[in-house]
Amino acid sequence: METVLREILNGNVIFWIFCITTIGGATYVLFSKNVLYASYGLLVSFLGVACIFVFAGGEFIAAAQIMIYIGGILVLLIFGIMLSSNKKAGKNYLKIENVNMPLSMVYAVGLSLILILLIFKTKFDTANLKPIQHIKNLGYNLMTDSVLVLEIVGVLLLMALIAATYIAKNDE
Amino acid sequence: MNDIFPYLLVSGILFALGLTILVTKKNLILMLMGIELMLNAVNINFVAFSKYDKIPEKGQIFALFVMMVAASEVAVGLAIILKIKKYYENINPEKLNELKN
Repeated sequence: METVLREILNGNVIFWIFCITTIGGATYVLFSKNVLYASYGLLVSFLGVACIFVFAGGEFIAAAQIMIYIGGILVLLIFGIMLSSNKKAGKNYLKIENVNMPLSMVYAVGLSLILILLIFKTKFDTANLKPIQHIKNLGYNLMTDSVLVLEIVGVLLLMALIAATYIAKNDE
Repeated sequence: MNDIFPYLLVSGILFALGLTILVTKKNLILMLMGIELMLNAVNINFVAFSKYDKIPEKGQIFALFVMMVAASEVAVGLAIILKIKKYYENINPEKLNELKN
C-alpha cells in the first residue's frame, strides 16, 4: 500500500495513465468505423500528448498543444467532416471503410516492435544532466535566436490561410 | 519521471499507429488525422530530449514550429479536400482516378 502511494505521489502512475490515454485514443481512431467518433478519439489522444508534455517539462508547449491542436486543428477537421460527408449514402454517411486491416495491423505491431527494440538497445546518457526549465528562457530564445524563424513561420501561416480561402472559394 | 525511455516508447507506438492509420483508411480526412498523430509523436520526442539538453529551449521551440506548420498544412489540405469533394462527389482516394481531360 505504501509503495503504491509513493508511486502515485511520484507521478509515475499518473504518467502511465496519460500514456495509455494517448495510445488508446490513437487506437480508437484506427479501429473506428465513424469519422466523427474517430475525431473524438483524436481529441483524447491530443489531450494525452499535452499531459505528457507537462511531464517532460514543457508547460508552454502543453498549453500551445491544447490551443493549436484541439482549438484549431481539430475544429478545422470537424468542419471538414461536416462539409465533406457523403449525403447520398443515407444513414451511414459518416461510415469509413478500412482496407487490408490484418496486414496493416501486422505492420503497426512490427514497426512498434522495431522502434521499441532500437530504443531499448540505445544507451542515452541522461544521468548527469540536471533538467532546468524556464518559460522565461523560452520567450527570450524565441525573440532573440529564433526570431527569424518565427517571422518566417508567421508569414507561412498567413500565406497558408489566404491560400486555403482562395482554394476553397466558390467560383462559378 | 527521471528517465527518457517512457517518452520514447509512447512516441514510437504513436508513430506506428499514425502510419497505420495513414495507409489503412480510405478517407482523406482520416489520412490527415494519421499525419497529425505522427507529428505529435515527433513532438513528444523533441520535448523529451529537450528536458536533458544543455539548452532546453531549443527542442521546445522546434516543437512549437512543427505545430504551426501542421496548422497551415491542415488548413490547405482541408481546402483541397473540399474541392475534391465538389468535383468527384466523394473523398475516397481509391476513386480519384481521373485526370483533367
